Order: sequence, then C-alpha cells, then structure tokens
Amino acid sequence: MSGVSRRVVMTGVLAAPMLARAQAGAPIKIGEVNSYTSQPAFLAPYRNSWILAVEQINAAGGINGRPLETIFRDDGGKPEDAVRHAGELINNEKVDLLAGGFLSNIGLALGDFANQNRKLYIASEPLTDALVWARGNRYTFRLRPSTYMQCAMLVEEAAKLPARRWAMVAPNYEYGQSSVRWFKELLTRAKPDVEFVAEQFPALGRIDAGATVQALAGARPEAIFNVTFGADLTNFVRQGNTRGLFEHRSVVSVLTGEPEYLEPLGDEAPEGWIVTGYPWEQIDNPTHTAFRAAYKARWNADPKLGSVVARDTVTAIAAALRKTSAIETEALIATFRGLTFPTSFGTGDVTFRAIDHQSTLGAFVGKTALRNGRGTMTDWRYADGAKYFPTDEVVRTLRTAPV
Amino acid sequence: MDDLVVQALSGLASASSLFLVASGLTVIFGVTRVVNFAHGSLYMLGAYVAWSLVTHGVFAFAGPFWQFWGGILGAAVVTAAIGAVIEVLLLRRIYRAPELFQLLATFGVVLVVQDVALWAWGAQDLLGPRAPMLRGAVRILGLRFPLYELFLIAVGPLVLAGLWLLFHRTRFGVLVRAATADREMVAALGVNQALLFTGVFALGAGLAGLGGALQLPRESVNLHMDLSTITEAFVVVVVGGLGSLTGAFLAALLIGELSAFGILILPKITLVLVFLVMAVVLVVRPYGLLGRAPQGLHASSGPPDPLLLPAPRALRQLGAVVLALLVGSAWVLPDYELSVLTEILVALLFAASLHFIMGPGGLASFGHAAYFGAGAYAAALLVQHAAAPMWAGMLLAPFAAGLLGLVFGWFCVRLSGVYAAMLTLAFAQIAWSTAFQWVEVTGGDNGILGVWPDAWAQPKPVFYLLALVLCVGGAMLLRRIVWAPFGAALRAGRDSPLRAEAIGIDTFRTRWMAFAISAAFAGVAGSVFAYAKGSVFPTYLGISRSVDALLMVLLGGVQTLSGPLLGAVALTGLQEQLMRGTDHWRLLLGATIILLVVFFPQGLAGAARAAWEKRA
Repeated sequence: MSGVSRRVVMTGVLAAPMLARAQAGAPIKIGEVNSYTSQPAFLAPYRNSWILAVEQINAAGGINGRPLETIFRDDGGKPEDAVRHAGELINNEKVDLLAGGFLSNIGLALGDFANQNRKLYIASEPLTDALVWARGNRYTFRLRPSTYMQCAMLVEEAAKLPARRWAMVAPNYEYGQSSVRWFKELLTRAKPDVEFVAEQFPALGRIDAGATVQALAGARPEAIFNVTFGADLTNFVRQGNTRGLFEHRSVVSVLTGEPEYLEPLGDEAPEGWIVTGYPWEQIDNPTHTAFRAAYKARWNADPKLGSVVARDTVTAIAAALRKTSAIETEALIATFRGLTFPTSFGTGDVTFRAIDHQSTLGAFVGKTALRNGRGTMTDWRYADGAKYFPTDEVVRTLRTAPV
Repeated sequence: MDDLVVQALSGLASASSLFLVASGLTVIFGVTRVVNFAHGSLYMLGAYVAWSLVTHGVFAFAGPFWQFWGGILGAAVVTAAIGAVIEVLLLRRIYRAPELFQLLATFGVVLVVQDVALWAWGAQDLLGPRAPMLRGAVRILGLRFPLYELFLIAVGPLVLAGLWLLFHRTRFGVLVRAATADREMVAALGVNQALLFTGVFALGAGLAGLGGALQLPRESVNLHMDLSTITEAFVVVVVGGLGSLTGAFLAALLIGELSAFGILILPKITLVLVFLVMAVVLVVRPYGLLGRAPQGLHASSGPPDPLLLPAPRALRQLGAVVLALLVGSAWVLPDYELSVLTEILVALLFAASLHFIMGPGGLASFGHAAYFGAGAYAAALLVQHAAAPMWAGMLLAPFAAGLLGLVFGWFCVRLSGVYAAMLTLAFAQIAWSTAFQWVEVTGGDNGILGVWPDAWAQPKPVFYLLALVLCVGGAMLLRRIVWAPFGAALRAGRDSPLRAEAIGIDTFRTRWMAFAISAAFAGVAGSVFAYAKGSVFPTYLGISRSVDALLMVLLGGVQTLSGPLLGAVALTGLQEQLMRGTDHWRLLLGATIILLVVFFPQGLAGAARAAWEKRA
C-alpha cells in the first residue's frame, strides 16, 4: 500500500508538468503547418474540412474526454519558414504532434525536423516518394498516395492501350521528373515494346504552352503522358485543343481528375483522358454522402480532394490518439504503424504500413468527360493503394532509414 | 521543316506577349528611373479586371464582339487609372529618395495587390472566354495554328508602331523622349514633371494591363501571374537596353524564339534560358542591345551619397547595450525566441554583406542570395558527402561563396546601375537552376536534409551564441573594412571614378575584391542559416531571398552603416510576427512597407539620424 502511494507521489513529482497538461479536459494539440497563402486554391478546402472534422470529433466528446485543438501556421511556400513554425509549435505551443505540408520540399523539411526533434509528423498532402523511402524516417508518416502509386495506377491502364510511341510533358521539378521516371520504368516493364519519343519539361507555372504543344506534336506520338497541373495544365489544354494535339491520341494524366484541377478548366476540360482523381459528385456510399452533405452544410461549397485528405488525416490522428494510452511520441509511433481507419471516400479501411509509414489510401482512376459544361470523371473505379506498392524487398532497399 | 516553321510562329506569339509587358516597364523606367516591381501586379490586375468585365458582360449591350474587346480595352484603361493612383499617392513622394528606393515601395504594392486579388477574385484559377472570331485555327503548312496566336503576333508590332507614333508625333511623346534623355534639362525648361510622370506611369501601367488582358483567351488567370511575369519582363527590358522600345521588341523576339527552339534541343533548359540570354548579352553589350551609356560622370541618377561619419558616442553606447542584452538573452529566453533571434542575426549579417557592396561599393545586387545559398550548400554538401563536422562546413562556406563572388563579380562590377544589378540577378538565377536541376549532387528542389549542428552546439542557447559571434562579428568586421583604407578607396571609386583612378586607385580591382568580400560574408550567413534550419533548399538562392536582402537594406537606409542592421531586424521581426498572427500578413506587411517608405524616405536609420541631428 505504502509502496503504491510512494510511486504515485514520485511519478507526480517528476511528471508534474506533463500531468498538468494531461488531465481530463485539457486539449490535445495538433500543430498544422501549410502553404495557406501561396496555395490558397488547394488549401482553403483542406483547412475548412480539417476544421469541420475537428468540430465533429469535439462535439462527440473529443478524444477520451479531451478536445482536439489545431494550431494552423502559414509557411508562405518556404521550407525555412515551415521549420521555424514547427519549432514554435513544439517549443511554445507545446503541440503533441505535427501535421500538414503541401509542397514536397516542405514535407521533407518538416519530416527531417520531426526526426531531429523526436516529434511525430503526419504529412498529409506532399507526394514525393522520398518522404517515405529515400529520406523516410521513423517519425514521419504520409497519408496521400505517392507519386509512385499514382503512376502505377495509371500505368495499369496505359499498358492496355494499343499506343507504342509515347511523349511526356511534366513540370520541371522533382515531382514532374519522378513521375516521368516511374511511368517510363513501370510501363516498359509492363509492355517492353513501348518507346518514348519526346519529353518536355516546362518551368512550373510558366509553361510556354504553344511551343510545348508544337514540340510534342512534332514527335508524332501515339499517346501522351501529362504531369502538368494548375495554370500550366489549363494553358497546355487550350493550346492542345486548338492545335489538335489530343485528336486521335490517348492521353494519360496524373491528378487531372481531381476537382482542384478539373474545375478551373470549365467547358474546355478534355474528354477521354485517363486520369487519377476524385469524382466527388458521383460517389454515393453512406460514408461519403454524409461527409459531402456535412461539408456542404458547414461551408456551402462542394468538397475537393484536399477536403478528403484533411478529413482523413484528422480521422487517422483521432484513431491513433484513441488507441494510445499516453499521448506521447513513441507510443503514437507504435500505434500509427499498422493503424487502420476508415477513409471518407467510403471505400473501406486504410492502413498506415509499418514497413514504410505510407498509408494505403488509394485514388479513383477513370476517364474525363464533359457534363453540363463541366469536367467530370466517367468509368471510374477506386484503385486501392495497397495494390500499388513495389514488393516489400524493393521497399526495404528504397527505404534506408532504420524502421 | 514544317514543324520548325510553326515552332517559329509559336515563338513569335510568345515574343509579342512578352513585349507588351516589357514595353510598359521600359517606358516607365526610361522616364522616371523607377524600377517598378509592381509591374507584374498591374499585368495580373489587367487579366483579372478583363475577366470580370468580359464574364459579367459589362459591354454586352454592344454585342458579343464588344463584350469581349470592350472588356479587354476597358481593363487596360482601369489598370492605367490604378497606375496613375499609385504614382500620385506613392511614388511622387519619393522621387528624391536614393536610387532603387522606389523598388521598396513598389514591392509593398506587390504584397498588397496579392492579398486584394485573393480577396476580390478568390483562390481558384479563372478561365476566360476565347476571343470572338478568333476561336479556331488555320492550317499553316498542313499544321493547325491558333488564329488568336496569329493575332497576337500582329499586336506586338502594332503596339510598337503606335508607341513610336505617340513618341515622335505628339508633344507628350516628345517630352517623354526628352525626359528619358535628360530629366534635369526637361525640368529646367519648365515642363510640369509631376504631370508628365503621372502620364507616363499610367501609360506603362495601361500597357501592362493590356498585356495581361490579352492573355485571357490563352491562359488561365491566377494569383501567381504577377511574380512569374515580372522577372521575364525585366530581363526583356534590360536585354533590350533600358528605356529603348525597339530594343525591348528585339529582346522579346530573341527570347521568344530561343525559348521555342531551345526546348526542342534541351527540354530542361526552361528554367534558366532567359537568364543565360541576359548574362551573355550583358557581358557582350553592357548596356543591352540598343541601350546607351548614361550621360555624365556619375552612374547613378540620385543625389550623391552624404559623407560617412563615425558613429556618435551615444550610438556606440546604444550598440554596446544592445549587444549586452543579446548576449544575456541566451540565458533568459526560451528556445523558440532564441531561434527567431538566430534568424534575425543571420538576416543582419546577410543585409550587412549586401550593404557593403551596395552602399560603399555603389553596386546594387539583385542576386545576393546566390552567395548566401553558396555558403549554405557548401556546408550542406560537405555534411552530406564527407560527413564533415560543423566547423568544417562553416569554414568552407565563406571560401566557396567568396570564390563564386570572384567569378561572378568579375563580370558584374564592369557594369553599373540597373544593368549591373540585373547581371547579378542573371548569375544568381543560373546558380539557382544549378542547385535546382543538378539532382545527383544537390538533391534538386527536395534539397539536402540532415544538416544539423554538432552535438555540442545543438542546445538552442549554444547555437544562438555561436550565431551571435559569427554574425555580429562579421557585421563589425565589415564595418571595420569600410573605415579601412580599402573601404576609403572603395567609396572614392563610387563617388568619383575619374579622380580615384587619377590618384592611383585601381577602381575595378577594388570593386571586384569588395564584391568577393561581400559574397564571402553572405556565405557565412548562409552556413549559419543552414545549420539553424537543418536543411538546404534551392529557395535559399532564389529571387525572393535576394529581394528580402534588398528590402532590408533599403528599409533601413542604404546611406548609413547601421541602416541594414535596423532593416534586417525590422523586416524579419515584422514578418515573423505577422505570419504567425494572420493569414493576411502580406497585406499588412505591404501596407507597413508603403507607410514606412512614405514617411521615412531615407530609411529607418536615415530618419533616426535626421531626427538626432535636428535635436543636436
């Protein structure tokens, strides 16, 4: 009896500050760093959805009686500022974990910071493979399907096409280059007789669309693999349509089916492109319908893919917090490895793989089409991320960090 | 062959678009000598306003043709009006400020416009309608070519011809040309300069707006248009020769065609091509294709710099107190505050190093981040490839940056004024694209991770003290050099190159060495920053970091030695506070900069000195 009470007292003395925070009712804090001002089109629907998800969790009683609290920080698109905010969130705000990141280099900087400071970091949006493979570390987990996974999903469809002569167009930075590299490698493996006849790497956000389209057309490809997005995509599509680049050619395009990229194209959205994306208005299962309705009711807008990413990140974090006895980094890492949670796509459970900390969240693969003057997806199916990884042996060679 | 002809036509269309923006910029610079950083913002506003006018059908009553074209022309008029307002309310108050100071003001405008555009038009990219009658394509040698691109190809020369007529056949134009050639003489002849400048600024702004509006059928309207346009517009203006319209036209043609054909041979050259062109042109022709050397002995156009005086006793005492407080902070402040202070110290040395070449050296650098980044990368590469300890990285940094400064400086210090500044920018962009694209060595835009300090320096207070020693020490050393004979020779070369040469000073060599010294100190700042952040990215060499340094020096006041220090503290501190507090930090920061510019045209330190001297 006396032994027990002494231990209680000892723990109380040593862990006094911890205890003060951990008492019932004190919020669990998430520090969220993202490029809100430099990428508002993507991150406004993301943050709205995040806020809604946290509100719903707290309305339902929070995590074991403690509410969730998120502290948002804007990095202005600069990794060095993201790292500064992360320091402030850990040291001053005493957050329990970090999350966020949109641009790949910011995700990597935050991941490395988390590794150095032994804090958990849940990367939501960044796509680069390096985040979980070449530069993965034990403190970093990533939700969204990676560049490799997106390419693997598309190669599956591309290999079914009769086309043998391929041309590539991608923005001139890591994401574009990796996508092109994986697509070539995986397609060659699936269909050894393909050849790659042209490559164009316009500068991100500054595509010279006319010249790029003409350069691709000059190589007379049978099919085109596109990685450009945003304003570059719009300009590329406009020039391509007018110059007939896409006529009698198959186009395979990463991310283009996401409403973030499809909607700005309006009635000039291309038809028949094979894309990864998110047909938000057509997914009618109970989970997704409820999510869509709640989002619409709260923000008077339709969800974008970023909204799903944010909600799933919050869901995953909440699931982990519920399963972990102590809100502490090591315990959270143990929980996150193999953590299973339902995605708001309504397509079932998603798992954070223990082997590389990547979630098995998938994407929808389908074709673009025009309906009522807006771009949408048809013939789509959910591609479960779990099916689009290299073998575990390959992953072990790619991921050098100690598990 | 047919492909090549159509490729050339595509190049012509891009050239026309480039020329439209650049023409306004070159007209403004030619007359007012304002480096209008907000020109890209005016271009963006033109596109947004045109989108609103056309999609909301403001001119719909006159039929579909005028609904579109009325909107385009209307956007140009609206942008011209905005330009006139900016000139009257802001720039008119600061024409007498030191050279390049207006850049600070226009940068404030850039920040404000970014937030206002986000608020007014939302975050999503907007797609404008296609132009009536120019929707389709024509067949040229069997290949389809958009009609609208053909139209654009014609617009460039038409605008050039229109401007030529305006400048050669109207009184306004004659005055503008006279002012371009000799501003003082025009003023002496009794011409109302204020009105002339407002007119010219409105004309330039209108051209920028027209350029933006004409992109409506071609490109989506988005919030990144401003910054993606402004650098290329500057490049065209400088390659053509400042103030020369025909030069800008030739430069736009050159760059448009080289881009169109360059990507056929080297698809990845897109990042750096325009800067390569600018570097080559400026090395061969220091005043651009058709530019002329400025008249008179003094290269800069502003009033001569006042004599540097040793700091008054009170200022020295204040400095000592601040230094003691900074040292004491290491034991008092919590970790995060120390890391912010570390960042401010880095900014301080970075700003001081730029000021060294800009103030006493008289050579503004738009690309100082290259040397900051060189220091950071030198340290990071050493860590990554040789697992070197921190001291080795910090030791290598100034040598690597200094060496780069020696190489680039040899070309840059031959030039003067904006040409020299733009050449430094070109070299910085070449360095940036090397870091960006040499993925095997630098990791590309994913950067180099794991550049953390040695174990002993990992505690924040220790690293802070180290940064304090290096950065404040560096800044004081730079200050010492300014007062040394070398510094005196440097200032002599700036104030009167002829007399300096006459008394045996090798002005070229002095400036060249000063450039390298300044680069080396920027490298030290870069290496401290790399270890503080734990990672290195190409953004460290990017334009926005160079601009940050420039802003710090200008905000603090280029004519004093303590100015850049004050500017670094003010800008870094302000940005840190605002970014943490609000999503509208750009609006607030921009507005603050504009107010500071209007009320303290000599910079913060300049204003403080004026107040001090008035009191004494």
